[in-house]
Amino acid sequence: MEALKARGVTKQYANHTALNKVDITVPEKSIYGLLGPNGAGKTTLIRIINQIINSDAGEISVFGQRLNPSHIGVIGYLPEERGLYKKLKVGEQLIYFAQLKGLSRGEAVAKIKTWVEKFEIKDWLGKKVEDLSKGMAQKVQFISTVMHEPKLIILDEPFSGFDPVNAQLITDEILKLKEKGSTIIFSTHRMETVEDLCDHIALINKSNKILEGTKKEVKAQYKTNTFTVDHRGAFRLNNEAYELIQQNNIEDELTRSLVKMKISGSPNQLIQELTQVTEVHSFAEKVPTMSEIFITLVKGKSHE
Amino acid sequence: MNKIWLIIQREFLNRVQKKSFLVATILLPLIFPAIMAVLVYVAKEQKKNAEKETVLYIDESGYFLADTAKFKFKPFQGNLEEGKKAFENSKSFGLLYIPKFELANPQGITLYTKINPSPTDVGSIERIFANHIKDLKMQQLNIEQKVLDQIKTEVTINSVKISEGGQEKSSDSKVLFGVGMAGGILMYMFIFIYGAQIMQGIIEEKMSKVVEVIVSSVRPFQLMMGKIIGLASVGLLQFLIWILLIGTLSTVVMGYFGMQSPSQEMMQMNEQYQAAQQASGSMELLKSLSEIHWSYVIFSFLFYFIGGYLLYGALFAAVGSAVDSPAEAQQFMFPITIPMLISYFALFTFILEDPHGTISVWLSIIPFTSPIAMMGRIGFEVPDWQLALSMLCLIGGFVLTTWFAGRIYRVGILMHGTKVNYRVLAKWFMQKG
Repeated sequence: MEALKARGVTKQYANHTALNKVDITVPEKSIYGLLGPNGAGKTTLIRIINQIINSDAGEISVFGQRLNPSHIGVIGYLPEERGLYKKLKVGEQLIYFAQLKGLSRGEAVAKIKTWVEKFEIKDWLGKKVEDLSKGMAQKVQFISTVMHEPKLIILDEPFSGFDPVNAQLITDEILKLKEKGSTIIFSTHRMETVEDLCDHIALINKSNKILEGTKKEVKAQYKTNTFTVDHRGAFRLNNEAYELIQQNNIEDELTRSLVKMKISGSPNQLIQELTQVTEVHSFAEKVPTMSEIFITLVKGKSHE
Repeated sequence: MNKIWLIIQREFLNRVQKKSFLVATILLPLIFPAIMAVLVYVAKEQKKNAEKETVLYIDESGYFLADTAKFKFKPFQGNLEEGKKAFENSKSFGLLYIPKFELANPQGITLYTKINPSPTDVGSIERIFANHIKDLKMQQLNIEQKVLDQIKTEVTINSVKISEGGQEKSSDSKVLFGVGMAGGILMYMFIFIYGAQIMQGIIEEKMSKVVEVIVSSVRPFQLMMGKIIGLASVGLLQFLIWILLIGTLSTVVMGYFGMQSPSQEMMQMNEQYQAAQQASGSMELLKSLSEIHWSYVIFSFLFYFIGGYLLYGALFAAVGSAVDSPAEAQQFMFPITIPMLISYFALFTFILEDPHGTISVWLSIIPFTSPIAMMGRIGFEVPDWQLALSMLCLIGGFVLTTWFAGRIYRVGILMHGTKVNYRVLAKWFMQKG
């Protein structure tokens, strides 16, 4: 069963379309990256899933059930624009948020206790948020997002504003939550986190979904049949089927070449060809990074 | 529903637990009577100690009649130059120079003073001349003093209201005026103070960005209503504490001065008045106070406070949701304050002067002006149908403004950094979902 399924979700504002018939499928227990440049419509989609705004058309189901107000307790949401009540004490604030998510006061207190112990922030409970540092406040915010043990966690740009230490802490927590069976959707434009964390991705550009799949599938789809070869001694390729794109000297008197295979065939053929002209030290297929795919797709589209 | 309740609780506790709330709630009712008491005391002492100031006068006309009500007039023998010198060396308040003048054209009368005299001082001296000259002129026309005395008549009108049952009730329009004024001003203050607090609270939520977290758990409309109702209950609590404190205090104070509080008075009123028909002035005042239906006035105040507050509170909420900072809110405050100001000024110009006039009646029925206007009229016994119509309109009014505000609020709270004007607001209002 899918944790989230959106079909034909459309949102129209007076002078522009924020989302145009977007379909996404988020498998259960996955970490799903929602990618796209600024203004693509990611936040609109996330707000629709959180029932903050309504879509004009389309259908969304959560764990097989049509999206309805009872899902508020199932979803945990960390918006891009973080915020807490400045004058309210951390403890009271967390209890309030948990109650709004449908927990009883007693349950909330118990949950908060385990989380503050985990993050070692027990002393903060009596402090007002305005007295906390930014990093501290973000930990509190993260707790408020996951405290009610949501099965679906939606994080909008979760790492923006975190220092590396706290970013790592949050990354670890996200992985732990996944192990425990939660599904995590996050939107970001930081591609390294996508490489590290996501197993599924979707790319939204200009209100349309232009790509979706597992990270492997996507990378396979955007392979350019290019290979990186480290070798001793320069060479030329006289075969029409191959194109030498680049050749640089690297350390230990080795040279690195990028070779593109223009015909479909096995890499073995290329290796055979290469061994005739040079001494091959290493040979690897060049897999595109998410960042490269992102830029190719977004730029390609916007230049149309 | 459960979540609205949570928000109401949160808002209520947030405000009530603040020190400023405690201070305002407990100190204000103490401060007001204290200030009044001090002022009354000072004024009394001043009157007791104040000696009448001396005014020297040089009368060349022979028409001046020293009236000693306000000043001690002392004749000065000599010409004006000597008079001025003597005045400079004296402690007198002024020097009044009266040259010879024609009765038909009294000119050249001059008052020399060391400090600028107040208009009342000058006026009182002018009146002495005016009255005396009038008498003299009448004498010239051969009207005898006896006739003059007969012309002067003192009139006092006792106003007695006959209700439908034929019961007679004396009413003092001055007391009703006071009740109306106090009610109207209080209403104006309450709506403004609490309305502004809603707006401020929403701007804070928007600025601290906490609002998106909240609206992922509750509907924006629930959040807005929770806030409005939460603050309304704070306002009501404050009002009730004030009533209680002022009631207790005034009972204590009046007891100290040998008077009785209106509520005690009411119970004993009849027998007391049958026993003592020759009621003194202050007893008359107490009698009129006691004949106002206090429960009726307070009930109406509460109704119009809640209604007016909800009506304006929703508008304040809409403004708060639309802007990014309190400074930006100013531009949208104008249309909200206009009807409030109109009713406030109308309170003094039409409503209290003529509580049953057409303008007064309409202002007390139109929902935007009715909370203040009706408070001005309420003491003067408003016909039931007008009260009912006004209350219905007010309920309809706040349902309308709440609906209107809700549509702006749900879009506004999620918008940051947009330059908002009335066109943008209209667009938000029309926007679906």
